[in-house]
Amino acid sequence: MFDLIVLLIPIFPLLAVISNGVFGARYSTEMAGRIAFGSVGLSFLCALGVLGYVVSDPTPREVIAYSWIYGGDLSVDLGFLIDPLTTVFLMVITGVGLLIHIYSTGYMHGEEGFTRFFTYMNLFMVSMLLLVMGNNYVVLFIGWEGVGLCSYLLIGYYYEKVSAGKAATKAFVVNRIGDAGFLLAVFLIFTEFRTLDYLKVLEQAPQLSTGMATAIALCLLVGAVGKSAQLPLYTWLPDAMEGPTPVSALIHAATMVTAGVYMIVRNHAIFDMAPIALTTVGLIGGITALFAATIGLVQNDIKRVLAYSTVSQLGYMFLACGIGAYTAAIFHVVTHAFFKALLFLSAGAVIHSLNGEQDIRKMGGLHNKIPITYKVFLIGTIAIAGIPPLAGFWSKDEIMAHAFIHHHYLLYAFAAIGALLTSFYMFRLTNLTFYGNSRVDPKVEAHIHESPKVMLVPLMILAGLSVIGGLLLGFPPEHGLLHSFLHDVATPLGATAHEMNVGLLLGLATFATLIAVSGWALARYMYLSNPGVADEWMQKYSGIYTTLLNKYYVDEFYDKIIVEPCKRLGEIWDCFDRKVIDRFVIGVGNMTDVSAAGITWTEKHVMYAGLNVIGYGHHLAALAWRKLQSGMVHHYAAIIIIGLAILVHVAFLWFTSATALGQ
Amino acid sequence: MTPSLVDLGAILPELLIVGAACLLLVLDPITPSSKKDLLAWMSLGALALCFMVTIGDLNHRVLAFSDLVIIDPYAAFWKLLLYVISGMTILFSMTYLKEERIELAEYYGFILLSLAGMMIMVSGADLLTIYLGIELMSISLYIMAGFKRFEAKSIESSAKYFILGSFSSGILLYGISLLYGISGSTKLTDIAQAVTSRGFDDPMVLFATMFLIVGFGFKVSAVPFHMWTPDVYQGAPTSVTAFMAVASKAASFAAFLRVLLEGFGGVKPSWQGLILVLCIATIALGNIVAIVQTNVKRMLAYSSIAHAGYALIGIVVAGSVANGDPIASGGVSSLMLYLAIYSFMTLGAFAIVGILRRGGLEGEELDDFTGLSKRHKGAAFLMMIFMVALAGIPPTAGFMGKFYLFMAAVNAGMAWLAIIALIFAAISAFYYLRVVMVMYMREPSAAQENETRLAFTPTTSVVLACAIAGVIILGVFPGPLVSVTTSAVMSFP
Repeated sequence: MFDLIVLLIPIFPLLAVISNGVFGARYSTEMAGRIAFGSVGLSFLCALGVLGYVVSDPTPREVIAYSWIYGGDLSVDLGFLIDPLTTVFLMVITGVGLLIHIYSTGYMHGEEGFTRFFTYMNLFMVSMLLLVMGNNYVVLFIGWEGVGLCSYLLIGYYYEKVSAGKAATKAFVVNRIGDAGFLLAVFLIFTEFRTLDYLKVLEQAPQLSTGMATAIALCLLVGAVGKSAQLPLYTWLPDAMEGPTPVSALIHAATMVTAGVYMIVRNHAIFDMAPIALTTVGLIGGITALFAATIGLVQNDIKRVLAYSTVSQLGYMFLACGIGAYTAAIFHVVTHAFFKALLFLSAGAVIHSLNGEQDIRKMGGLHNKIPITYKVFLIGTIAIAGIPPLAGFWSKDEIMAHAFIHHHYLLYAFAAIGALLTSFYMFRLTNLTFYGNSRVDPKVEAHIHESPKVMLVPLMILAGLSVIGGLLLGFPPEHGLLHSFLHDVATPLGATAHEMNVGLLLGLATFATLIAVSGWALARYMYLSNPGVADEWMQKYSGIYTTLLNKYYVDEFYDKIIVEPCKRLGEIWDCFDRKVIDRFVIGVGNMTDVSAAGITWTEKHVMYAGLNVIGYGHHLAALAWRKLQSGMVHHYAAIIIIGLAILVHVAFLWFTSATALGQ
Repeated sequence: MTPSLVDLGAILPELLIVGAACLLLVLDPITPSSKKDLLAWMSLGALALCFMVTIGDLNHRVLAFSDLVIIDPYAAFWKLLLYVISGMTILFSMTYLKEERIELAEYYGFILLSLAGMMIMVSGADLLTIYLGIELMSISLYIMAGFKRFEAKSIESSAKYFILGSFSSGILLYGISLLYGISGSTKLTDIAQAVTSRGFDDPMVLFATMFLIVGFGFKVSAVPFHMWTPDVYQGAPTSVTAFMAVASKAASFAAFLRVLLEGFGGVKPSWQGLILVLCIATIALGNIVAIVQTNVKRMLAYSSIAHAGYALIGIVVAGSVANGDPIASGGVSSLMLYLAIYSFMTLGAFAIVGILRRGGLEGEELDDFTGLSKRHKGAAFLMMIFMVALAGIPPTAGFMGKFYLFMAAVNAGMAWLAIIALIFAAISAFYYLRVVMVMYMREPSAAQENETRLAFTPTTSVVLACAIAGVIILGVFPGPLVSVTTSAVMSFP
């Protein structure tokens, strides 16, 4: 029974993919939408069932669908591992996913390609579920690449926009750089353990040498950094905002980008053996948290601000992993899924009401025109800013407290400053969008309307979760429901229970609250009480402002040093392959030794004569002759000879060095 | 010496194929042009017959014709793969030739002759046998590349291929003659002895090895011997291009690997570095130049170069297979697996290019794919799967192939090689996905909407169905094929 329920979780969305993908054109779009969210709903029910089983008995269980790779010494099953960690992710993915699917049926209503949209969304659900449910690294990797592919397809959904196509490709290629690292880690794991099943690998992980553990962990980290948009591979995420807003909420906030965190926590046994790798994780997380927050301060696109805040919040999760606070990291994943999905979806509702406007400079004064959207957005903002008792406070405070108590003061400083900035830019966003004078285009203003119920109800549910989610799961700090649930799977190796200094904890919590409130106050001062101040500062610090506005020019930097040279190299080689520029060949011809020249000469004279003798047909000779006289073919032949010469040189070098080494 | 019945029995498939080819050439003039398809079905029948015969070879090992020919599971694996490829090519050609108005049934005869050459290559135990096979294969291919007689591009492609091909054959033959000079034999086993006893510091051995590597490097289009590939692939009729890119590459790799391991296995550390250089150069150049291509056939040509580069990893890490331990054999079996998978993906992609028509011409430019998803949903979807597979994304077979190859590299202690290959594989997504992007994320112009059509016929559907089935099934259930390749390697002498 249990096995069946587990297997059904990914099968329901898969069936919906097949149904909508193959027969979608035959029935109405309403039907397609119903099939899409219905399948996710069924998965959610199954996930609830699994939750019931796991709560009553948290020992990990494996469910094997079939034996997938065998032959040779590698054998891998298409199998699932159900333990508390997987269960938490299952609940978030299917639960939040269901709400976003319902919302999407309203948001995407009337869009061209409605069925296609839901086909991709369900395909994404399948991949994401495989990612968190797999019992080995290969199944994880299928999900890992699958979510990347779906993200690619969904970012490029509005294909009329050229920028959407570019953003999609960028997201995919950057992700694949990370994937390369992950795959390498998988190979190393196999070389080391001769198996790829989590349970066997993680059981033997403590016997790893520090060097090997560090190598594996760093490779895994490269994968995680790509998928979770951390420095230096974060650039794709803000661009991914070209996709429809529900996609941003589902893929680029609540689920896919947290895959990196899942993977690190899943493999924490390996990371615990590699202190250097752990420190790197923490540093990357801390720096990203701060770095992305600074960019978020000045962005003018409502979705981009949220995108940078996502990068920044993911930084907190990495930071938590880096200091061994795995439970806190997962806690933050969960609360973040609530409030960030809420923020994105309500931003979508704002955009929806304003007929597609995303620029916050063209908003303002919306709080009484779309009151429900305003209220839920405000709840999301308070939650992410970290003001108690909303969800964000509990998880973020736990991470920061952990950093402080375990003497990671630098990381604590990063996190604290980041929290101040987060609170500031989120309230800035709220103020500019909902308060002040309306700067909305008059034509649009006449049509401002509250979104339909099908969009508002999911928003209200998410708002409710953002209010009580933190208290429900994580109170009291470090001893909440989530913590006891995850205790067996997310406790670092060799961790000892530390003394709880209640006074210190309270102090830290107060300080965190103070930070959040001062962010709010500053935003209020700059954008509500004295609206001129912002412009004044912009003038005064125009250098910093432009740098931030242009995101530190990182994209331009990558273009200049990687993308452009690659393309130029391709063009040069292409040109070389096509034309083999005469001058070059003459130059090389002079440089190569006599034998090469001699053979080229023979080829030119003997072979051409031979061609005529063969009598390949009159028209052929005529045509081919002209081509040959341009010299291309014999240049090709010359290249072969040059290649041969180089090979001989290399062989001599290789051989001499090999013998030298041998002696 | 008169060949015994045992000898003839060993090469029964080759005899069947050559016989069928001759029969086709004779029957061609007396077949009315409306019935030329019959000849294609005949050749398919011959292939099916050979398939049955060769399956029996999968588990035994025979030397025939005084050790000139070897029949072993390794050869049988390649032959089976070649039958499948040839069969798919023939099926595809039945439509393609009509579309291109190439009404010459000797085409099928040449496919079979070329196939016979490849079969001889993969079961040659003697350098001369292998050379004979290479020439039979290549000469048929030179002619086939020029089958669009009325198109300058096709003639040019044929002439270039012929001249450069003969040139490289000359180099290969020179290498063989050097080896004969030092060992007094052309048998791989005798050569192995002579090479091992002389060592690599003997300039004769060194040069002979170089010449062989260059000769085979040309056939598998390894950089820097790849320059013919884009021109020839672009100019040749698409069905022939597909056949060259897949069958001739597979056969050449099979022979290359056998010669290197059986003949030069003893001095592997000495030449391993060379193959390594070729391998990295091939991966790098193939992938980077593919980025800037705007013609899909040319892009696929560079992609085939890049894939040859990945496949070379298999040769680099293939240890001396004799000891049969899994790490050493990992290279060989993963190379076999990779080429089998590569065949399906590439054939499928070329088939789509071949059936996409713009007016009376082939839609081979990237522009012709614009908005294909709007016009021909099915074709666009299939192309997407092939591109995704070529990029190596799971759960397609393309991923499995790369997974095994790169894993073999890491297992052999060459993690850095796997890193390089992985990075370039990541870059390759850029140009493969561009095709997907153009098909799915661009609006077709009105002119394109009217002009382009697909030449779908029952036979092309079968070809595409086979290709897609190969790509998906080998990705989801790779087990049986892996077992076959592994056991084929174990029986390597």
